Amino acid sequence: MDWVIEARELTKTYKMGEIEVQALRGVSFNIKRGEIVSIMGPSGSGKSTVMNTLGCLDRPTSGEYILDGESVADMDDDQLASVRNRKVGFVFQSFNLLSRLTALGNVELPLRYAGLTEGRRERAKAALEAVGLSDRMTHRPYELSGGQQQRVAVARALVNDPAMIMADEPTGNLDSKVGKEIINLLLKLNKERGTTLIIVTHDPNIAAQTERVIRLRDGEIDSSVVENKGREK
Amino acid sequence: MSFTQAIFEALESLNGNKMRSGLTVLGIVIGVAAVIAMLAIGNGAQASITGSISSIGTNLLFVFSGTPQQGPPGAGDSRSGNNDRPLTLADADAIADPFAAPSVEMVAPAIQGSGTLTFAGENSTTTISGVTPDYLTVRNLELAEGEFINVENMNGYMSVVVLGPESAIAIFGRADGVVGETIRIEGQPFRVIGVLVAKGGGAFGSEDNAAYISFTTAQARLIKRSSRDQIDVLYVQAITAEAVPQVVDEVSNILRQRHDTPIGADDFTIYTQQDFLSTLETITGVLTIFLGGIAGISLLVGGIGIMNIMLVSVTERTREIGLRKALGARKRDILLQFLTESSLLSLIGGIIGIMFGWLIAFVVGQVATATGNNFTPIVGTDAILLSTSFSAIIGLFFGIYPASRAANLEPVEALRYE
Repeated sequence: MDWVIEARELTKTYKMGEIEVQALRGVSFNIKRGEIVSIMGPSGSGKSTVMNTLGCLDRPTSGEYILDGESVADMDDDQLASVRNRKVGFVFQSFNLLSRLTALGNVELPLRYAGLTEGRRERAKAALEAVGLSDRMTHRPYELSGGQQQRVAVARALVNDPAMIMADEPTGNLDSKVGKEIINLLLKLNKERGTTLIIVTHDPNIAAQTERVIRLRDGEIDSSVVENKGREK
Repeated sequence: MSFTQAIFEALESLNGNKMRSGLTVLGIVIGVAAVIAMLAIGNGAQASITGSISSIGTNLLFVFSGTPQQGPPGAGDSRSGNNDRPLTLADADAIADPFAAPSVEMVAPAIQGSGTLTFAGENSTTTISGVTPDYLTVRNLELAEGEFINVENMNGYMSVVVLGPESAIAIFGRADGVVGETIRIEGQPFRVIGVLVAKGGGAFGSEDNAAYISFTTAQARLIKRSSRDQIDVLYVQAITAEAVPQVVDEVSNILRQRHDTPIGADDFTIYTQQDFLSTLETITGVLTIFLGGIAGISLLVGGIGIMNIMLVSVTERTREIGLRKALGARKRDILLQFLTESSLLSLIGGIIGIMFGWLIAFVVGQVATATGNNFTPIVGTDAILLSTSFSAIIGLFFGIYPASRAANLEPVEALRYE
């Protein structure tokens, strides 16, 4: 099987002063290449921790995590940065665009950190075209609507051709109509490019549009509810 | 990320907050400008002082009677009896002997006093020097018109006077066309035979404000001394500036012999230009360092301003840093970004500061010239290099802490920062 993500027995312990908080207590799952997965769970369930770990923003305390064939759990900070740059595209709830830069400049950022010197502009333009913003390239974020800003963020996420796109509540700051458009855009890109899509969400309607839902509760996978409408394992 | 990109991005980011960047740069501008201006003024002062001494001639020595501790002969003295002999014309002749003192080029004895010049109701009190014809060469003086005291004037005890330009202006209202006029010195008539070229103020009073008469005339009629051939000061010119130490030895030996003084109890004092020069250079050097040091403190304060603003900037842009890290920025990318910003702030400040400091030095020079002081501030390349490198180092040094704080932020924490 062609797994993009293989997570085995992930645990994460935070130290808050003297108290140790176990955010993850042995979470294991695999995600196939091209799959659309949503991660759900109430606050404090370890949802953010899973997302940070899968997105290589943070290392698990123990366990094994293989992303697109690379074992990530023991990498140092700079190696993790490189993995994030090449393999992960982030879409955040609050867009996180740099207000000083134009849409094009924002989309170019990952390419800059990839050390690309040539063809950056072209690739960034292609990514903006793919999200339907070919007429907004030189606008700055404050000149764009929320939906347009999130589209720029999506373009930024896919400009490096990552193995997966990690969307953290991508519709949380948008009204429902625009939110739907963004979800549809993400689904469309998944279909066209085969990029694995992981959506962290509270919204059951969004989860319903994904092929599989991973539910978390108290730092563990909640297997009491199994939804698998998608392709066979 | 390449370096040019980093510079471009830093400029973009600094441009994004013009007011803040401008004020931060201002701190460095003031610091660098102060350093440049202070060093320029210090160097200018040094050059003007040493220049005025050099114009007297660096191969010139002054021989006085008496020792500095003891004061002039005849003053109260602890030694049994006062055996100190004043310098005499005979001493001068002995020193002028090329066989006894081969390193001596020329000797000019002089007696000095003060007197009032009068012409057509105008008075001016000035230094009256009784000199020999060699005085002109030894003191490196030039005639604007007429001629200097010559041997006939000496032998004939003639009542002729050569005026310094300031003295001429003081009594005639002009410094040219006065040769042939007769003035009175202490009531006695003297014919003006020459006027000197202005030399500018020296360290020992102005030579422009002076009147020179024949040594013999002065001795006989104006400046009375206890013995007929006593002199006040002996100007000795060495053959070269390098020969000055030999001249000191030769003159000392001759005078010790002639005055028959015990070893270590000289009754004369020799000053060389080198002594004056090195003393004054030490003084002005200390002054320059002092001024530069005070200015350096303001540069340091400017650097702390950079650090302060960079820390604020790092805190403000925590989310941006988190985002950049999420997009694949490594520690050194973030470090480079913030160091570039702080270095650019100080570099821009440095460049403007150099121009500004130059301007200050220029204005000070203009003001000095306008008020009649011979003083030009010197903006040295060393000062420019010093302050640019110092400000660049300050930018780096005070940028390192904020930048490393930014670089070491945890991406998860930074992204969550509100």
